[in-house]
Amino acid sequence: MFYRETGQFKTSYAEDMALFPVIQDRIGIGVILIVAFVAIPLLANDFFIASIMIPFLIFALATVGLNILTGYCGQLSLGTGAFMGVGAYACYKLTTIFPEVNIIVMVLLSGFFAAGIGVVFGLPSLRIKGFYLAVATLAAQFFLEWCFIRIRWLYNYNDSGAIETVDHTAFGLVLAGPSAEPLTRYFIVLVIVIAMTWVASNLLRGRFGRQWMMIRDMDIAAELIGVRPLQAKLLAFAVSSFYCGVAGAMMVFFWLGAAEPAAFNINLSFQILFMVILGGLGSIAGCFMGAAFIWILPLIIRTAPLLFGVEISAALVEHIAFMVTGALIIFILIVEPHGLARIWQIIRQKLRVWPFPY
Amino acid sequence: MEILYNIFIDPFVQMVVLPDFFLQVIWEGFVAGVLYALIALGFVLIFKASGVFNFAQGIMVVFAALSLVGLTEAGVPVYVSLALCIGIMFLLAYGVERLVLKPLVNQPDIILFMATIGLTFFLIGLGETIFGGEPKTMVTEELGLPTGSTAFDVAGGIVILQHLDIAAATIALMMVALLGFFFSKTRIGRALRAVADSHKAALSVGISLEQIWVIVWFAAGIVALVTGIMWGARSDVSFALQIIAFKALPVLILGGFTSIPGAIVGGLIIGIGEKIGEIYWGPLLGSGIESWLAYLIALVFLLFRPQGLFGEKIIERV
Repeated sequence: MFYRETGQFKTSYAEDMALFPVIQDRIGIGVILIVAFVAIPLLANDFFIASIMIPFLIFALATVGLNILTGYCGQLSLGTGAFMGVGAYACYKLTTIFPEVNIIVMVLLSGFFAAGIGVVFGLPSLRIKGFYLAVATLAAQFFLEWCFIRIRWLYNYNDSGAIETVDHTAFGLVLAGPSAEPLTRYFIVLVIVIAMTWVASNLLRGRFGRQWMMIRDMDIAAELIGVRPLQAKLLAFAVSSFYCGVAGAMMVFFWLGAAEPAAFNINLSFQILFMVILGGLGSIAGCFMGAAFIWILPLIIRTAPLLFGVEISAALVEHIAFMVTGALIIFILIVEPHGLARIWQIIRQKLRVWPFPY
Repeated sequence: MEILYNIFIDPFVQMVVLPDFFLQVIWEGFVAGVLYALIALGFVLIFKASGVFNFAQGIMVVFAALSLVGLTEAGVPVYVSLALCIGIMFLLAYGVERLVLKPLVNQPDIILFMATIGLTFFLIGLGETIFGGEPKTMVTEELGLPTGSTAFDVAGGIVILQHLDIAAATIALMMVALLGFFFSKTRIGRALRAVADSHKAALSVGISLEQIWVIVWFAAGIVALVTGIMWGARSDVSFALQIIAFKALPVLILGGFTSIPGAIVGGLIIGIGEKIGEIYWGPLLGSGIESWLAYLIALVFLLFRPQGLFGEKIIERV
């Protein structure tokens, strides 16, 4: 009823190619942005911002990164956690070497280190495909994790083996570190995530994105009509790792404050992969839905028994949360294998033709 | 020069100077390799018959072993609980086919892969809820597995063989021979191979896909149970065991996803290569290189044979 495109004429090429060609979509995005920038900071408490919104945004960014590689370029990767780790460690080293440079610049710079490592581990993708490649990316995961533990230079030879942030100030504000306000960190993360998502969605609509999608759909055919697989695949690895690296750096500097090598283990990779699959392969909006679902679901499962006044031990809750998460993942895959983004598409289609069935 | 010497000369010198130690290392690698091969076998069985990359194989090993230990600890005689475990693995196979595979027929591979990761989470949660998270000791003696060790005089030194390891290797080889026989000589085995070749063609000649899937998952469950007993006897039974699934993955890509001999040869290469690398080159890099060395070995092989050593040649058409 309200979601109609009728009467919205596109009179120029620019209008036709707009990111949100339908006016209702623009209004919707505007509302979401207002909620994110105004309503949440005004209404939400520190716990909500620091433990739900910030990690959600960071995971969403990593999910966008992995989605570029897996959803758009068709290269299944299980090394996301390690690439996030590269970003985090690079940022940590950069801030210790150049302490006076703005932390936001450093976070973005560290993405390039992750991109470089990503390209190196993307090289086998030129030769091997599918699950063989997935297992090969596990090599990146385990090798890099080992490096985080064994190369003491990476964590400045400290005894704990963990990296932690000190206070970083700029413009008279504490941006990152133990005494940074959650709200400040939230705004930084929000702006970075929105800007990078915007860049990604434009990249994906352009020449590179189309090349990636051609590689995904049929790499030999793509090669035959002039896409260079070497360039396209490695670029996908680079861009994807860049996003993951920035997300990893933000994870340490704007969310956790400190991280051990174990924070970037294989479980993180799987978590991000779940977000991609449940959100929907090849959908940017799906990344945010998937990240929200996977991040918030266990929190809900954990707090649910408290709401009903049932007393069960913390360990048992943890086990049951695991079980329910696994079962729900299978359930969603069965109900909608194309992810939450597909459900949103179906709803949109229904709205368009409402009140008629089709 | 010092580094070059340490990398290229010193390890080989040590191998020649202490041949008994070298043999010991190879034996340990061999046993580990046989066990990796067993897990890889579980993967291959399922991949061949249904094209599903079954990530849950590792947790199935743990789950099977935990059920066995849990039941025995609850006072059930050990052979009865062994039989019950086989029953549990059958129920698991049936349940997976009914609740996971059947509704996901015809979905892309990655979706099925994700579903098996979901299954992994589910089984971890279920196992921890029922049996608790603490490590348990495998009921080695009750099962009649040998313990103790024999020392052999070889090459001017001694090589110690654990009886348990010998038993593990023998049982594993017997499993492989049995499975090979089952696949090539029996009616069901032929049906399995037909399904592996083409689902549609198999369906059209009257093979029931559902039945076949239950059978392969059941077979993989039995393999998991045997693996669980063997690994559990060597170390404790705990959820940490599931990481051995990650050890089996390089074995898989090395041998090829679709080849049973590949799983065995791959397992041995990885097992022995990993042990030798860890013992002779490990100290140069700091310990713990076991976690990724196997992947490195597999990657090197993959660069030359992208479908693994024994995998079917990948033919692509536009």
